[in-house]
Amino acid sequence: MAKVILTPTQTPTLFLEAENITPDVFAGKTAAEIAALHGFVGKTTVTLGDYFKVEGAGGQTAADTTIVINGDVSRVKYIGMKMTAGEIVVNGSADMYVGGWMIGGKITVNGNIDAFAGLGMTGGEIIVNGNAGNYLGAAYRGDWRGMQGGVIRVSGNAGSDVGTFMRGGTIIVGGNIDVHVGTHMEGGTIIVKGNAKSRVGGQMVKGTIYVYGDIDVMMPGFQYRNDVDLEVDGQSGKFALYEGDMGERHPKQKGEVIYGQLYMKY
Amino acid sequence: MTDYLIKNGFVFDPVQGINGDKVDVAIKDGKIVDAGDVTNPTVIDATGMTVMAAAVDIHAHVAGPKVNVGRNFRPEDKLFNGKAGSGIKRMEGGFSVPTVLRTAYLYARMGFGFSMEAAMPPLYARHTHEEIRDTPIIDQGALPVFGNNWFVLEYLKENEIENTAAYIAWLLNQTKGFGVKCVNPGGTESWGWGMNCETVDDVVPYFDVTPRQIVSGLIAANEYLGLPHCMHVHGNSLGEPGNYEITLDTLKIAEGYKPQNEFGRDVVLHNTHLQFHCYGGESYASKSFESKSKEVIDYINSVDNISYDLGVVTLDETTTMTADGPFEHHLSHMNNLKWANTDVELETGSGIVPFIYNPKTFIAGAQWAVGLECGLFIKDPMRAYITTDAPNAGPLSRYPRVYKWLMSAQAREDMLNNTLKYGDSIRERCYIGEIDREISLYELAMMTRAGPAKTLGLSHMFGSLKVGLEGDVAVYPYNPETDTDDPEKIEYAFGNAAYLIKGGRMIVKEGEIVDMGNKRTFWVNAKVNDNPMVERDISEKFRRYYTVTQNNYTVEGHHFVPNPYVIEVDATK
Ligand SMILES: [Zn+2]
Repeated sequence: MAKVILTPTQTPTLFLEAENITPDVFAGKTAAEIAALHGFVGKTTVTLGDYFKVEGAGGQTAADTTIVINGDVSRVKYIGMKMTAGEIVVNGSADMYVGGWMIGGKITVNGNIDAFAGLGMTGGEIIVNGNAGNYLGAAYRGDWRGMQGGVIRVSGNAGSDVGTFMRGGTIIVGGNIDVHVGTHMEGGTIIVKGNAKSRVGGQMVKGTIYVYGDIDVMMPGFQYRNDVDLEVDGQSGKFALYEGDMGERHPKQKGEVIYGQLYMKY
Repeated sequence: MTDYLIKNGFVFDPVQGINGDKVDVAIKDGKIVDAGDVTNPTVIDATGMTVMAAAVDIHAHVAGPKVNVGRNFRPEDKLFNGKAGSGIKRMEGGFSVPTVLRTAYLYARMGFGFSMEAAMPPLYARHTHEEIRDTPIIDQGALPVFGNNWFVLEYLKENEIENTAAYIAWLLNQTKGFGVKCVNPGGTESWGWGMNCETVDDVVPYFDVTPRQIVSGLIAANEYLGLPHCMHVHGNSLGEPGNYEITLDTLKIAEGYKPQNEFGRDVVLHNTHLQFHCYGGESYASKSFESKSKEVIDYINSVDNISYDLGVVTLDETTTMTADGPFEHHLSHMNNLKWANTDVELETGSGIVPFIYNPKTFIAGAQWAVGLECGLFIKDPMRAYITTDAPNAGPLSRYPRVYKWLMSAQAREDMLNNTLKYGDSIRERCYIGEIDREISLYELAMMTRAGPAKTLGLSHMFGSLKVGLEGDVAVYPYNPETDTDDPEKIEYAFGNAAYLIKGGRMIVKEGEIVDMGNKRTFWVNAKVNDNPMVERDISEKFRRYYTVTQNNYTVEGHHFVPNPYVIEVDATK
């Protein structure tokens, strides 16, 4: 597998919008060609070479291209946007929109990521060995099509509005999560291993949310059903099942009304 | 001003009976002149290309508060389709609800010179005009809505045509409006009481007036004033299965009315987006729904005083927006997406809902078929105009695709066989599969230029290349002799004009937009006899009900309409 190593050479004064940092774009390109790819800083067009030392070369296809970013890119947006295959490893923290609209492949961030990661993603895997920001796996502003497939796994904490309008896929947050979890959710799974604050599953139609820790304030639209023993993400335990959001319109399947499911671990 | 001579193109101008002949077109001082009357012209070589007068859009929603709410509440409509500015062009964006700049650029690229904003809520006329002002290149006008206006309802309950006309004249002047639009007559107001009007004889609560009285009264008042455009109606029960009966009832109200105007218009009623009004059956299911386009257009073919536009569904994700508040509420319950509605005090309502016309559903395909049938059953193409009710049935940018479907039976077959999932049931429930008519370029020029210009009362300016008309000419990269092999060439050519000359200025040159033109706003100033009663009613309504004063209502021309083109009408007989 071909490897491209990007080493940051300067921190953008504003932010670098670098939607070209994907295995799809890098595939078939030499280091010089990659350095010549454009990005935006404010209203100016720049090149990746202005901000990174580029070593190695892309593989023949996205699938056999790995990109390693060695350093802090917490002012670089859109890393891995729309990628379909291959791999990106960020040895540092990244800014917003990591893996936005991602279709396949894998992104590993050994640091923190900011908001809107995995926005509207349909497949692939995002691993964050740090904390994630707001709107993880959510829908783009105004859209009703959030994360639809793939996996996002965050070791640390996540911000607010995770999984808004989520329709499929799985989000696993190892730590705590801020307000508004799975708002308008219509499918998929969110697992929170720490605590949640409030507004968990508001306007949720379908899908599943697991919370291992506490929820500060429960949504009034959820009703307790029963207790169940489950194995979730390799851990087993006893959960209380709530269904909701009763304030929302719900579809029927084989004559049965489908609700969103919220499991709270004892 | 530069003189232009467009040489060697295939010219289509139904007004002059020119059907693909190689005729030179000359422009001097912004007007069409005889080819011999230009001196030292800039010559445009249109060899192998199609030349027509610039197109005229009779009905689109491209400016005003509901368009802007659409933009505001659909940021995703701009996702990944913004385009940075280049040359003279500024940044553009948006698909179904484009920015004002993209609207102008789209119209220019499609070879349009004039567009009528189809629904202006009078109270928000200032906003509408601000957007029109900010939309460069094309000339525009706007139709204020009257069909649920309290003044109109009160006057027409008593059949007071003269008072209605006086009020219309006042409102056109106040709002810098162009003509009389009527949306879901009585229904939008009824909705304030949780009701709707489902037949032309349903009574509007409190006002005690019926859609029939509103439509006939507005036609009468329109002709009393002698306005350039006729009464422009979006009938009751839009989009409802079985609505073709109410459509026929509405159209028949025009019987006996004759056009009275000095603008060469020969219809008294324009039924907009007819596609949405030609449904039979009782539901959207393939077992029940059926097209009734033939029944409706058979009637229209049998009379001579009605025109319509198509409102073709383009099978896209779009944004619906109409002054038909109850319809949008109904739609929001069908698709459960986001919804905005508003009540415009004393005047109208409005609603907005995103909508996906999914080619994998029966009903979207059937709607697509009905829209095209509306264009294919017409005997006189001078009375049927091509629209998508943009953005309701499809985005503005899809006009060229609609032309392709109308002009190529092969393109329609391809849709029925390959794109639409329920092609067979659509053939069964609609007429589309039985029609082999292909609209010719000559007919296309009627349906996009000569016809709409005539019905808008603007045939003395637009729609033809006759000497003396505006120097508005479009040149398309389409060779009518050799490009007939592939329908895709139609779609490409009519979306990528090689040249557009507008008012004698070259706007599009070799496919690139190079000039922002001299955009004008058309409005109609109708003079009527003093009418103290209507004047008193107006000041009374402002005092008692409006949340604004009259001073904050008037569209001040110098600010909102900096470059007006005023059409004077005298009804003081
Ligand atoms: Zn309309």
